[in-house]
Amino acid sequence: MEQFGVFDIIGPIMIGPSSSHTAGAVKIGYIAMRIHGKSIKKVQFYLHGSFAKTYVGHGTDRALLSGVMGFLPDDERIKDAYSIGDSIGLEYEFIEADLGEVHPNTVKIQLTSKEGKITEVMGASIGGGKIKILKINDIDVAFDGEYTTLIVKHYDRPGVIAGITAVLAEHTINIAFMKLFRQAKGEFARLIVEMDDSITRQVLKEIKAVKYIKEVAYIEKMAL
Amino acid sequence: MNIKSGIELLSYCEEKKVPIYHAAIDYEKQNSGMSEKEILDKMMISWNVMKVSIAKGLDKKQNIKGKMIGGEAKKLKEYYDSHVSVCGLTMSKAISYALSVIEVNASMGRIVACPTAGSSGVLPAVLLSTKETFNLLDKDIIHGLLTSSMVGIIIGKNASLSGAQGGCQAEVGSASAMAAAAVVEMLGGSCEQALHAASMCLKNIMGLVCDPVAGLVEVPCAKRNTIGTANAMISAEMALAGIVSIIPFDEVVYAMDRVGRMMPVCLRETAEGGVAATPTGQRLKEEIMPKA
Ligand code: SF4
Repeated sequence: MEQFGVFDIIGPIMIGPSSSHTAGAVKIGYIAMRIHGKSIKKVQFYLHGSFAKTYVGHGTDRALLSGVMGFLPDDERIKDAYSIGDSIGLEYEFIEADLGEVHPNTVKIQLTSKEGKITEVMGASIGGGKIKILKINDIDVAFDGEYTTLIVKHYDRPGVIAGITAVLAEHTINIAFMKLFRQAKGEFARLIVEMDDSITRQVLKEIKAVKYIKEVAYIEKMAL
Repeated sequence: MNIKSGIELLSYCEEKKVPIYHAAIDYEKQNSGMSEKEILDKMMISWNVMKVSIAKGLDKKQNIKGKMIGGEAKKLKEYYDSHVSVCGLTMSKAISYALSVIEVNASMGRIVACPTAGSSGVLPAVLLSTKETFNLLDKDIIHGLLTSSMVGIIIGKNASLSGAQGGCQAEVGSASAMAAAAVVEMLGGSCEQALHAASMCLKNIMGLVCDPVAGLVEVPCAKRNTIGTANAMISAEMALAGIVSIIPFDEVVYAMDRVGRMMPVCLRETAEGGVAATPTGQRLKEEIMPKA
């Protein structure tokens, strides 16, 4: 039996028209922006399946762009995403693409920063505003943004994970889920830590200081 | 505490001698760890968003438009402001509120999904019109929203709240059941009466299909929200008068789930059946989304 809370029924507060084509899309864009972590110069959206066919009618384009600019699913500026993007000089492009055997509402977002750093994030909007992040660059991942999430990019070496959990434990942060994804032994890996509580800048700083860690992205739990 | 059915809800309320909204607070405290005050405050935020979304579409200066709809709420208001209303002012106002919320949703405005974005007009419309008629306080409405959430939770657990799974009966049907129960409780009816009202709502539009033109929440959704609003108000009125649903709530929910499962996929939000499949529906789709 599916579980519901009171605010799953009365809520979320969102920008219409569609929880999967609008609200979910904002979320994917937002998470991609947080993972990239640098100011964005150019963004390309590769739209698959139903997203590719219906994105203009449903406002999925404006929703994705809004997320990348840091708006959340209840932000009334979503409607004006194009003019806001233009005013800050953001280059954006929507491209229809076949992303393979994936959910019909899938998008791959490629973000490029001024310094030339490129990040690719692939995610699917799976209904009711719920999403799944499926890929970061070439690494398959799986998380949904329902919890406050840490995404750590690190060299695959012994002791890194212990270092991170030690910092969290010291600050009595409870870990709900933790998953490790890597391509090959000894290369870059991604650790996804989903937590019950928010963390402070100080905790984030301490985690960033753990040896072999390259990047840390922090995403607060979203209402949707 | 894990309330899964109407029977369980009734016995909880009976045992503790509390109304449904109180059961909802107890339920949510345990579910989320929030305090009663946090729950009430959060609900107040949602209610404020609902009120704004109603006001927007009725405002003369606003021009909110989706792809196919827009301006209907304002039209209706102008009509009942200058004519004797066919269905009475209370009802007429309520349906204009529902139209407004759906227009706001369609024009990328801010709404509260309740239970979904497509059915987000019913609950605000019914609650605000009841508030106005009976001079209720915001506090009463917050309680009403909690009452309605409990009904939604039980329907969600035993059937469905999404058009893609259960057709429009699951969206607009559930929204009206939720709203009817809220009205009954806000006006002093018992838990039992609230569930009778909810049962009547679900029965009244059982089997309603989900057939959005071009897949957008506009046609027939805006007007579906008005029938959901009327449905909630007539069912609440009957229940308050002591009229009962012959089929008990849990059995109605079960029936609705069965009907939803029997519904062909073309009538469950795929925009391939019902009014979406009519020549005009197809033409509109072609115009709005030429590639789909
Ligand atoms: S027709 Fe479908 S999309 Fe429209 S309100 Fe009903 S369930 Fe929602």
